Amino acid sequence: MEDMLFYDRMQFAFTITFHYLFPQLTMGLSLLIVYFKWKYLRTLKDKYNFAAKFWMKIFALNFAMGVVTGIPMEFQFGTNWAKFSELTGGIIGQTLAMEGMFSFFLESSFLGLFLFGEKLLGQKLHFLTGFLVFLGSWASGYLIIATHSWMQNPVGYEILENGKFVLTNFSELFSNPWLMPAFLHNQMASLVTSSFVMAGIGAFYLLNDKFSVYGKLFVKTGVVFGLISSIIVAVPTGDMMAKNVVKYQPVTFAAMEGIFKTEEGVGIALIGQPNIKEQKLDNKIEVPNMLSFLTYQKWDAEIKGLNEFDKSVHPTNISGLYYSYHIMAGLGTLFILLMMGAVFFLWKQKLYTTKWLLWLLMAFLPFPYIANTAGWYTAELGRQPWLVYNLMRTSDGISPTVSSGNTLFTLLGFIGLYLLLGMLFLILVGKIIYKGPITVKQ
Amino acid sequence: MEIFWFIILIGTIVIYAILDGYDFGAGIIHLFYAKDEADKVAIHKAIGPFWDANEVWLIAFGGLMFFAFPTLYASIFSGFYLPLMMILWLLIFRALGLEFRGVVNNHLWHSLWDKAFGISSLLLALFFGAALGNVVRGVNLGGVELAFSKYEAHYFFTPLWNENFSPLSVHEGILDWFTLLIGILSVVTLTIHGANWIIFKTNNSLNAKLKKLVPRLSIAMLMLTVVTIYLWVSRLNGSFENLTKYPILNVFPIIAVVGILGLLSINKFKNEGFGFLFSSLFIFGGLATTASVLFPVFLPSTNSINPALTIYNTGINDYGYMIGFQWWIVAIILVVIYFIIQHKVFKGKLDHIDYGDH
Repeated sequence: MEDMLFYDRMQFAFTITFHYLFPQLTMGLSLLIVYFKWKYLRTLKDKYNFAAKFWMKIFALNFAMGVVTGIPMEFQFGTNWAKFSELTGGIIGQTLAMEGMFSFFLESSFLGLFLFGEKLLGQKLHFLTGFLVFLGSWASGYLIIATHSWMQNPVGYEILENGKFVLTNFSELFSNPWLMPAFLHNQMASLVTSSFVMAGIGAFYLLNDKFSVYGKLFVKTGVVFGLISSIIVAVPTGDMMAKNVVKYQPVTFAAMEGIFKTEEGVGIALIGQPNIKEQKLDNKIEVPNMLSFLTYQKWDAEIKGLNEFDKSVHPTNISGLYYSYHIMAGLGTLFILLMMGAVFFLWKQKLYTTKWLLWLLMAFLPFPYIANTAGWYTAELGRQPWLVYNLMRTSDGISPTVSSGNTLFTLLGFIGLYLLLGMLFLILVGKIIYKGPITVKQ
Repeated sequence: MEIFWFIILIGTIVIYAILDGYDFGAGIIHLFYAKDEADKVAIHKAIGPFWDANEVWLIAFGGLMFFAFPTLYASIFSGFYLPLMMILWLLIFRALGLEFRGVVNNHLWHSLWDKAFGISSLLLALFFGAALGNVVRGVNLGGVELAFSKYEAHYFFTPLWNENFSPLSVHEGILDWFTLLIGILSVVTLTIHGANWIIFKTNNSLNAKLKKLVPRLSIAMLMLTVVTIYLWVSRLNGSFENLTKYPILNVFPIIAVVGILGLLSINKFKNEGFGFLFSSLFIFGGLATTASVLFPVFLPSTNSINPALTIYNTGINDYGYMIGFQWWIVAIILVVIYFIIQHKVFKGKLDHIDYGDH
């Protein structure tokens, strides 16, 4: 039994981690492309349309990757988590089926029109199809996070005698207090990724002295959107999410922050390694009293430590959870600082010539991917040992008939296949970036 | 309510089969008949703007089954674990074949993705057909071994094949002579269907050849269908009882027959869209007939201890169904609107669009 659970979890973790590298770019990027199309409609300056077309190519490639790696996610609920699907399908099946019906059809129908239909549609309709693709991708995020929120904080359900969860109140799925902060936090984090990618590629062009008109446009758009989104990720959305965790999953909060014993006036750990054996953080560097203040707005407020909770409800991987959370929060802070600096230089009209800052922007391109991934690990590791918080354990959700040998077989298959996909993706996206925007009217 | 959702679910998979079916068929034609670059590009253009939206019907089918019949979804997705994973991998290769081909202009690169597209389309047609065969044949629900259930009554696990490759064996496999036969029927049907789509949407130089191919393959399709039905009734105790019990259901086999007759005499019709219409009718009629004879069963049981999975022992509460119905109505109206817009913009022959150059 033990390794069945392990391989099922590994497969889900691996395939979802890889999958989410792509939607996190496309969700934010669709907004930026719509912005370029809108600027073009307003100013009729060709550079905006060429910029939109360039990013559409990158979008299309990422979207295709997102689609092909997304279908295995839907299948895996049934293939690897059959018991979970059987018992909760009446509820999360609703939101997942709605995702298919409302957003995937919207995205896939209009993406084709958006990519191939500019000449056939004319500029205004072309803008509209771009907007619909954006709407579809955000609707998809919303419905996935509604599903996720129900697992974190189940609402509107009843449990029947046979153990099945049935829906009793549909609107509660969407008024779940977990949903809105998580959705906005996630969408803004997605915009952080796409802004950093845009700024990073712009910086690459400027440092390379190629396509400088576009280099400037991309850097400018990237840092402005990057600053706005990275601030909103922290305040208010990140703050609201942390408060939700305190309220609904206090044991998770203790593990995230590395608080082993209940104390008053708790400091926030910047660096430190959880020492599970001795129940403390090693080599801790902290800002005293900060955590109490951030959580309860009182410098000496009490924060519950892991010792308050029975071991059977502790997150199963406390160190992993602690690191995920700290990587996310630490990188998030650096993002705000970097973008503040960049916007300041932009305002002083020195950004395009300040080489060290352009280098930094380029070097930071991968980090939002890491921060987004770490954020999702925080949410998912934080929910352990539960699949449905406080109601259904992860170990009770796996498929009863699929042996670990079969899961390992498919896990290895996915690893091989995704390695190939990843390499192809990098080659092709590199080719698009190297070729740069096409600046002639066709 | 269960009956209503049964119809929606079957309707969704039938639409998927008709729409993505022509993509698979186009892939098979591409693999075996398209020799020069112009033919290949034309085939890509014929399905390029659509395949992605077509594939969404499969995702919608999975999602709707997940929500409306969660026990069924859990049972068959875990029970058919290996073939489903292979279908996933093939869907990935099919998508790459279509999307990656145009990004690099090099003939080796093109051949690589052409083969990925063609072979995965062929195997997908075969696997989906075999999947249908498995559903019709049924499985050993509960994993019964010497009158003792290894699993809960609604779970099972089917390996890829069994020792004697027979559907009558106690331990069934995904592939046996019966499911493979339906797989081959599916390949032939979708090849015809794909050819019809290419004829409909392009002015390909292949089209003359394809027009001769369609009626010939249709004879094979007719024969395979007859043999399959005969074997199902004589060896697997299949029964058409439902069709006599509810005479209205006979409309589906009649539609399938109209489809076959139309395909056999396709050269009498001038309009190039008719072939596609007839093969769609055959797929619709065939699948709807299958669903009608199985009703209310989703998945028969091959043992006498555990009951078949039906619409009544796999569903959810009425409240959930009612809510689902409300959003589904809104969604399906939107989907129809998108579909109309998409096909209006890309109407007629598509040889001139600039697909692949993105």
